[in-house]
Amino acid sequence: MIEIRQVGHAFGERVVLRDLTLDLTERRIAVVGGNGSGKSTFARLLNGLLVPSRGHVRVDGLDTRRDGKAVRRKVGFVFQNPDNQIVLPGVAEDLAFGLRNLGLPKDEIARRVDEALHRYDLQALADHPAHLLSGGQKQLLAIAGVLAMAPDIIVLDEPTTLLDLRNKRRIAQAIDALPQRAILVSHDLAFLEGVDRVLVFDEGRVVIDDSPSVALPAYEAMMS
Amino acid sequence: MIPYVPGESPVHRCPPGRKILALVAAGTVLFALPRLDLALAAALLALAATGWLYRVAGIPGRLMLAQLRPLAWILAVLVLVQLALDGWQAGLLVTARLSALVLLAGLVTLTTRSSDLIEALQRGLVWAKPLGANPAKVGLAIALTLRFIPVLAAIAAEVREAQRARGLEGSLVALTVPVVVRMLKMSDDIAAAIDARSYDPDRG
Repeated sequence: MIEIRQVGHAFGERVVLRDLTLDLTERRIAVVGGNGSGKSTFARLLNGLLVPSRGHVRVDGLDTRRDGKAVRRKVGFVFQNPDNQIVLPGVAEDLAFGLRNLGLPKDEIARRVDEALHRYDLQALADHPAHLLSGGQKQLLAIAGVLAMAPDIIVLDEPTTLLDLRNKRRIAQAIDALPQRAILVSHDLAFLEGVDRVLVFDEGRVVIDDSPSVALPAYEAMMS
Repeated sequence: MIPYVPGESPVHRCPPGRKILALVAAGTVLFALPRLDLALAAALLALAATGWLYRVAGIPGRLMLAQLRPLAWILAVLVLVQLALDGWQAGLLVTARLSALVLLAGLVTLTTRSSDLIEALQRGLVWAKPLGANPAKVGLAIALTLRFIPVLAAIAAEVREAQRARGLEGSLVALTVPVVVRMLKMSDDIAAAIDARSYDPDRG
């Protein structure tokens, strides 16, 4: 479970999150909101990439302020732009990057890389330079690189924003099939219809917290 | 940038550390021989041996020639200068020596995954740890350089296109400022992505 207690966050004078208290337990949670509403900052608090200016975020009892490294092993993070997330030049070697950071033995790394390549249909591209992949393939590689590390929870920050329709569907299917709990930040409402819970952000606060059938139409009305 | 070409040849299987050492040794020998005739014989021999190694590695001839393409203009100028100043033997020596070295360096990158190359460099830098160097950080810096050169080239091309659309072609400031701003923003995101994947520089 992710516990968020009286969390506020500011970048200098600019307050981006205000007094959030939430328990995140559902299998699929969507986070929506307008530009600058604080949803991406909120996502980064969940795996300790940012620590809150006020309050606490705990993942299965681990505090992101105190136990940042352990939290990042539990909570994987997929960024909006895969180009900034793929760290090594080749596909297979980028998949191995996070696994090496976990200190796994070589044969276990090779096994997990192979499994990830097969699961996301990237095996023919194992030795391919990452910069020559298509947008959809890059995002799949970014997701595969995080999933290979076997996190308990995965946070995806607008993973389909830069993709065309076909690749959006491909990524949606991949996310749908994830065994992990997932927290999806997205502007793409069609992509969020099957989730268990929706949090709508506005000016750094959660203004709607409900099922998608209630929250998504209310959000659309709010934005129109 | 020409990527790794997968294979199972003896050149592919040779440990990356040995390949780097062989490259360093070849460079030293080719530039250290004092007599022109000896140096020329060694350079031609090295060139022939490199060609043979490409065959052994199963690298197609067009990829081999592609290694030399970026060097073609520099080679041409050097040869002309040598021909004018020192005669045809010196011209031939410069061509053979530089071509052999560039082809050998190319062969190392074509037959070695960059992660293996970086790992070998990291191991080779362990001796520098007591001097305060961090081989893991050096390795990551090299990996990021290899990864982001094409990305930066793509950003520069995008910005150039956008500036051309606004009639600002030819303006160095109009190109440099947006590229630097985007690079700085990108470097923040990359640092966050590296953190998110549990990177610990003190572990290496």
